[in-house]
Amino acid sequence: MSEILRTDCVSRYFGGLKAVNNVSMTVNAGDIFGIIGPNGAGKTTFFNVCSGIYRPTEGKVFLCGKDISNLRPDRISRVGIARTFQSTQLFQYMSVLENVKIGCHMATKSRLYDAVLHTKTYRQDEEFATEKALEMLKYVGLSEYAGVMAGNLSYGIQRRVEIARSLATDPKILLLDEPAAGMNRLETDALQDFLKQLNASGQTILLIEHDMKFVMNSCNQIMVLNFGEKICAGPPNVVSNDPQVQAAYFGSGKIGRR
Amino acid sequence: MKNLKELSTKYRGYLLLVLLALLVAAPLLGFKNSTIRIFCRILMCCTLAGSLNIINGYSGQMSLGHAGFFCVGAYTAAILSTRFGVSFWLVLPLAGIFAAIVGMIVAIPTLRMKGIYLSIITLGASEVIRIIALNWQSLTGGSFGIKDIPRPAFFAFTFDSPLKFYYIFLALAIVFLFVSGRVIHSRIGRSWISIRENELAAKSLGIRTSSAKLVNFMYSAFWAGICGAVYAPYVQYIDSAVFSLDEGFNILSMVIIGGQGTLVGPVIGAVVVNGLTEVLRPIGEWRFVMYGVLIIAMMWVRPQGLAGASDSVLAGGRGWKMKKGKISSLMGGSK
Repeated sequence: MSEILRTDCVSRYFGGLKAVNNVSMTVNAGDIFGIIGPNGAGKTTFFNVCSGIYRPTEGKVFLCGKDISNLRPDRISRVGIARTFQSTQLFQYMSVLENVKIGCHMATKSRLYDAVLHTKTYRQDEEFATEKALEMLKYVGLSEYAGVMAGNLSYGIQRRVEIARSLATDPKILLLDEPAAGMNRLETDALQDFLKQLNASGQTILLIEHDMKFVMNSCNQIMVLNFGEKICAGPPNVVSNDPQVQAAYFGSGKIGRR
Repeated sequence: MKNLKELSTKYRGYLLLVLLALLVAAPLLGFKNSTIRIFCRILMCCTLAGSLNIINGYSGQMSLGHAGFFCVGAYTAAILSTRFGVSFWLVLPLAGIFAAIVGMIVAIPTLRMKGIYLSIITLGASEVIRIIALNWQSLTGGSFGIKDIPRPAFFAFTFDSPLKFYYIFLALAIVFLFVSGRVIHSRIGRSWISIRENELAAKSLGIRTSSAKLVNFMYSAFWAGICGAVYAPYVQYIDSAVFSLDEGFNILSMVIIGGQGTLVGPVIGAVVVNGLTEVLRPIGEWRFVMYGVLIIAMMWVRPQGLAGASDSVLAGGRGWKMKKGKISSLMGGSK
């Protein structure tokens, strides 16, 4: 199995706070890799380091063996990492279709004069972007919402739009920051099926999630963070039986012991 | 209301043709020269305010320094044509390109800034440009300005009256609106709007926000420069006082009143603001107070401007909330 995303002793400090401390992991092609941990464990910070929003204080991040530690976010999305955000970051006042079309920005290259003269490049690009966006919307099952203003949609649907938009960039790996947050049980189950289907089609996924059941059911590899440090990693059955993980999640006092 | 909208979309082509015919025929109805000058000013402001709207309305950066780019274009045209005798038709693109270069220089330090900080830099840049024009005596004639700017000619035909300039301004406004319409509905236009909507998300989708903003500034400055290049031979005499911050705010008020982020907004703004200037002429300087009141009132009642869509980000979410309520009640009903 070939590695897609690898972090090598990555740390990120905010002043004296070690938000992420010495975390190494490897996501292989075809994985659904889950990162779990209590609130404030540094999961989102770790994601932000991987997607270039923060630079690692120490350590390195590799995508397919290439060092991407110090690239800017737009460069990182160009090399093949797409992400969604914990609080959805849609272009709220644009239609759903336009949102996804912007995901095709990197794959198209028409310039100012192409747009002014409506050259062949422009027409091809527009056609490509529209077709691709519609295809992505169909894929996530949102075709009927194509013309709706993104900000008008319910939270769960907004999340799916964000996923469609990220997928339109044809990423090597998709980073999902709490994709199930704010979803009800039904929506969560649908999301789980969708991710499995997406993964079956060859998409490597790295996700953060609070919902233990969701992670245990959908991921094949799990890493647990606590206070910025990796305390455990492995397949779901290993992780769920790890005493440290149980301590981190349920506490080690009387209540936790049962 | 909805029917009206449907009808206007259906017959858009015809409507535009009729409008164009009216605009072409209007000045031939025997208006006084002074009236035609007002028409010229309105048409010029359509392009000027429209080009500012490219920055403020589409990429969501608050530039206050548009008079500066206008000034650069006008001075470039005046200097090239009086000193070097360059033909108007060559001066036109040159002035635009030079203004775009100045636009780039202004934009570079602002790329990482947002909101008020960017506004202040553009404000300062506009003043710096005006003060250079005022003090670089050997080049710009200092406070005496530049006189006797030659009228443009097309073979034997000289554009020597406001009526003839009316058609240049009209053509400029039409070309500007046509070209900008195409740019906005392209990959580049979408990347500008995405920056306005959510810069973080735009970056995460691989949009080089810095270079997109740079192009945005340059594109806008280019048109302001061309406006200046037409303005200089139109008035035949320019000095730095014309390009003060007042002018900049005047252009800005047209964009805000008309409607940011729409192509027709600045056109409406240009008509309304210049129309008011004429109507309120009897009250003299007090009309500037009226502008202030009008802008405040607009911000309060209709922040998206006269032409702005109620579902735009500029509506401050009001229209959106209303719509959202409506849609969620619809969804609730269907469940």
